[in-house]
Amino acid sequence: MAHISVQDVSVDFPIYGAQSRSFKKALFRAATGGMIARDHDRIVVRALDGVSFELRDGDRIGLVGHNGSGKSTLLRVLSGAYEPVRGTVNVEGRIASMLNISLGMDNEATGYENIFLRGIVMGFRPREIEPLVDEIVAFSELGDYIYMPMRTYSSGMAMRLAFAVSTCVSAEILLMDEWLSVGDAEFSEKAKDRLNNVVGQAKILVLASHDESLIEANCNKIMRLSHGELTSTEVIGS
Amino acid sequence: MLAKAMRDLRVGILSVHVWPTLAWQEIRQRYRRSVLGPFWLTISIGVLIAGMGPLYSRLFGQDTSSYFPHLAVSFIVWMLLASLITEGCTSFMVAEGLIKEGRMPLTVHVLRVIWKNLIIFAHHALILVILFLFYPPPLSWALLLVPLAILAIAVNALWVGLFLGMLCARFRDIPLIIQSIVQVMFFLTPVLWTPGALGRHAWAAQWNPLNHLLEIVRGPLLDGRVAATSWAAVIGMALVGFAFVLPVFARFRARVAYWV
Repeated sequence: MAHISVQDVSVDFPIYGAQSRSFKKALFRAATGGMIARDHDRIVVRALDGVSFELRDGDRIGLVGHNGSGKSTLLRVLSGAYEPVRGTVNVEGRIASMLNISLGMDNEATGYENIFLRGIVMGFRPREIEPLVDEIVAFSELGDYIYMPMRTYSSGMAMRLAFAVSTCVSAEILLMDEWLSVGDAEFSEKAKDRLNNVVGQAKILVLASHDESLIEANCNKIMRLSHGELTSTEVIGS
Repeated sequence: MLAKAMRDLRVGILSVHVWPTLAWQEIRQRYRRSVLGPFWLTISIGVLIAGMGPLYSRLFGQDTSSYFPHLAVSFIVWMLLASLITEGCTSFMVAEGLIKEGRMPLTVHVLRVIWKNLIIFAHHALILVILFLFYPPPLSWALLLVPLAILAIAVNALWVGLFLGMLCARFRDIPLIIQSIVQVMFFLTPVLWTPGALGRHAWAAQWNPLNHLLEIVRGPLLDGRVAATSWAAVIGMALVGFAFVLPVFARFRARVAYWV
């Protein structure tokens, strides 16, 4: 059973090196972005402000909000990268983060080596990746290119490989920042099926997106963020 | 918070499928498409030692057969210490992407730096093998302590790397300061000169922690000594170092993601 509990979470980004004098007012709201506040003479951007929610199996969350409203920060809080300055986050279940699907890959390494590099960054052991290699190579359609350094790949080929590795196993909790679309028309059809499959198997999905139709198609709840605050949670027909 | 810091350390150290891979990848990335790879650096250090050995033994009026091995061992271990310190500063900064993405323990990034530099040290050790053909080290049981001495250096590098990594991620001027300090320490530490040359000012070497880290490797290799005082100093450094760094790490570990 997967479960996410977020209680009164606030995240402040300290901005070092910014001219504190140029912010004459102690508190200042901009049209976009989080709140910029002063805290003991240092400038902080409050990216999340007192956010609380609970997610259980079957929850498919669409995170919406304008640029800088805290969507990506919230995803990174859930992935465990940012520990909040206030509040608690409890995540039960294996997380797969699709925030940056080529993280850990190296242009100078071969495609084959990169499968393992990416796999390790995703939290797998080499012997867990081993049995998946054939399937990944087949799916990415790279053929013998898999033994060539990744710098020889076109950007589309590199993306295919990153996508194939990142989606090779399902996880209980899936975090996504925008939908992944890769490759030419034919491949993108195949990729769509694979992604839908991974998304379908996940018990909890958190998808940040600006695309309303995408969220309607994949989610059953919408959480709206504005200036780092959770302004509304609505259930949508799915 | 201390529990989380201890967990970070434990999980990090046990991630033996992660940090060696990252370390090797970094070396391969740097030397890909070069035929000799890290051995290029080994060659340049070898040439440097071969040139400086005879010259400086005359300048310092010392016997070449004792000065040469001293210089070679000291210099190569110094290279290890210096790069552990300077790269320890940037251990978190260069891993920004990984740190901002997820749950990899921070300890992994420090261990990556340590492992990478041990691999490079192993390349340089080839110089010592060649040197010992001409100036064989005294055979004694103390030689068995050499691998342990390298391990002791690595253990100390872990707390230093955790501390400097955090400090430098927060204050970006520190790496530059540390670099200058390391450069100065090269001349203030008995690398080019022998501690014995200090005469009644020997305290200057005794109070230099870097000297003790050199000495635990140098002692057995040069004159079959255990270097007990230096071992005590090195073990003491590790204990005091971790006692100091653990609370700091517990307090600021979670902030590193915001700093890098």
